[in-house]
Amino acid sequence: MTPLLEMRDVHVTYATAAGPLPAVRGVNLSLEPGESLGVAGESGCGKSSLAATVLRLQPPNATVRGSVLVTGKDVQTVDWGQLRALRWGEAAMVFQGSLHSLNPVQRVGDQITEPIRLHDGSVSPARASERVGQLLEQVGLPAASARTYPHQLSGGQRQRVMIAMALACRPRLILADEPTTALDVMVQAQVLDVLTGLVRGLELGLLLISHDLSVLGTTCDRVLVMYGGRVVEQGAATAVFDHPQHPYTRALARAFPRVGDADARFSPAGLAGDPPDPRNLPSGCTFHPRCPRAIDVCSTHEPPVRWPEPDRPVECVRVEGAETAPGTAVAAGR
Amino acid sequence: MTPATKARRTALLSTRGLGVTFASRDGAAARAVDGVDLDVGSGEVVALVGESGSGKTTLARTLLGLERPSTGSVEFEGASLQTSTRGLRAYRRRVQLVLQDPTGALNPRQTVYESVAEGLRIHKLVEQAQRAGERVVETDLVSQALSRAGLRPPGGFFLTYPHELSGGQRQRVVIAGALALEPEVIIADEPVSSLDASIRGEILALLLRLRDDLGLTVLVVTHDLGLAWNIADRVAVMYLGRIVEVGTTEEVLLTPRHPYTRALLSVVPEVSQQEPIVLVGETPDPRRIPAGCRFHPRCPAYAGGEAEAAGVAEDCRTRDLPVLAATGDHRAACWLTMPTPKP
Repeated sequence: MTPLLEMRDVHVTYATAAGPLPAVRGVNLSLEPGESLGVAGESGCGKSSLAATVLRLQPPNATVRGSVLVTGKDVQTVDWGQLRALRWGEAAMVFQGSLHSLNPVQRVGDQITEPIRLHDGSVSPARASERVGQLLEQVGLPAASARTYPHQLSGGQRQRVMIAMALACRPRLILADEPTTALDVMVQAQVLDVLTGLVRGLELGLLLISHDLSVLGTTCDRVLVMYGGRVVEQGAATAVFDHPQHPYTRALARAFPRVGDADARFSPAGLAGDPPDPRNLPSGCTFHPRCPRAIDVCSTHEPPVRWPEPDRPVECVRVEGAETAPGTAVAAGR
Repeated sequence: MTPATKARRTALLSTRGLGVTFASRDGAAARAVDGVDLDVGSGEVVALVGESGSGKTTLARTLLGLERPSTGSVEFEGASLQTSTRGLRAYRRRVQLVLQDPTGALNPRQTVYESVAEGLRIHKLVEQAQRAGERVVETDLVSQALSRAGLRPPGGFFLTYPHELSGGQRQRVVIAGALALEPEVIIADEPVSSLDASIRGEILALLLRLRDDLGLTVLVVTHDLGLAWNIADRVAVMYLGRIVEVGTTEEVLLTPRHPYTRALLSVVPEVSQQEPIVLVGETPDPRRIPAGCRFHPRCPAYAGGEAEAAGVAEDCRTRDLPVLAATGDHRAACWLTMPTPKP
């Protein structure tokens, strides 16, 4: 079966006045219908650059190498007509910051209607408004909220509107970039419930980007952890969150402690230093300057990929495991 | 001595019957803080936990003298907060605020040195110390504050501008600005929520270290229960203007009593992971606080029949709960858990 989304050795490099800036350096992934895939990492690790390539939304100074296939079509090379059909129709994006993404002087119903009419010029106004009502109900809002303006809604309600809008043209793939970052825990749980309900109910694929590994651990099926533009660890979401292997993933997981974890009591864990400057990446393993477990070889040699367990590739020399993929599923880039 | 007993002995900052009401355009009063008794003991780290609309930020602002209480009082060292400009100025040196967004809190055209020195100049601390015969210069105080906030060597940061710093460093500059005044209390409003995961832990560790090294008292206002578990001695959970549960961090977060606290905990990562209880809707408008228990329209225990079975459903609908006392053991404002003296 063709995956909904497949990336093969994707590189994204920005041309800047100070020289080329490699933001994504060789990422492979695939996502099936009904599956949710999380991408974790700090600001500047390449998560958003990676997501932008799926809709060819990268800025003009970016060069994308490798292939990005949405339902088998290479997004980066299709012509404009196909790209327009693909955006909204096959893959749609839920951005962070609903307050900036929604037009403050237009009723939310009209904003949801816009992509519907763009994709099907023949749709009648009555048919379109009926569809808007359905979409709003699908995300847990009353159909009547179509007549409200964004400022009349709470942050959680606006984020639901953003999801309704993304669903407008019945896409099969939803990309959500930090969809719950500014929300309270309970509202965050509500919005994540809506997203996971859609994945199950409509057999959608979901690519969820967050710096909060705990959100991904509880929401997604699989998680990729990015650092310095590469995937440094991946695997089943609960396994990655509960038993992180890469020292970077461990730091991320410890940053959001579990309530009741005696090790975290009066001992908040951080990670010194900043993510690397992509223009001036450290030699060897790009994480070595911040790594608590680094040894000499880390600064001189690129880290090997090791499998501490099947379906769990980790780019780290300090992790024990086979250096070849056990089984074919992993070798295929999963 | 446990933190709780210490708090009972010396409450440094406290509120009694505190209410803050805002007039709204339609004439209905919004009771943002609606009866709060809270003690923050000297050297204690207290987490005030709540969602948007719970009144936690209004409470924090009132503690700083930025809002006037409509009812009740704020007390510092046992004396009512002075509302005169002069009284407030002296108070604000001793009780400092650290805000959520360090980028917004710093003037982009001021160097780190100027930002940290500003408070010293407003409060004329250098002149005061010199008049008292001490040989201090401003540079030393700025250096000391930066160094305490973990920006070392401090001299290297004097001439940098906020845009040259990382998010974590900016938050440290904000904290240094507060520390320069040698305050006794720091009130931190969501101090890490706009920071990356890796920096979050470092800033929280800094707050703890300041408490240990300088004996600072910290009230941290947050929606993040993981943060409370990381650093707080005690936790107070706020909902719609009231504290609904308070106790030591272990008591409140490991054996929660209020259905609201239980629901909040169920949607964050826990060691004893339970089925998520996702509440319907959001915190209601403080202009229309529900009758009876203010949480009952969203309460899973009420909706699920638990309150009915315990024979308190009528109370939930009709009787407002008493304000929780500032001192005592683990307590929750819920008819299900209260020994109910019938009127």
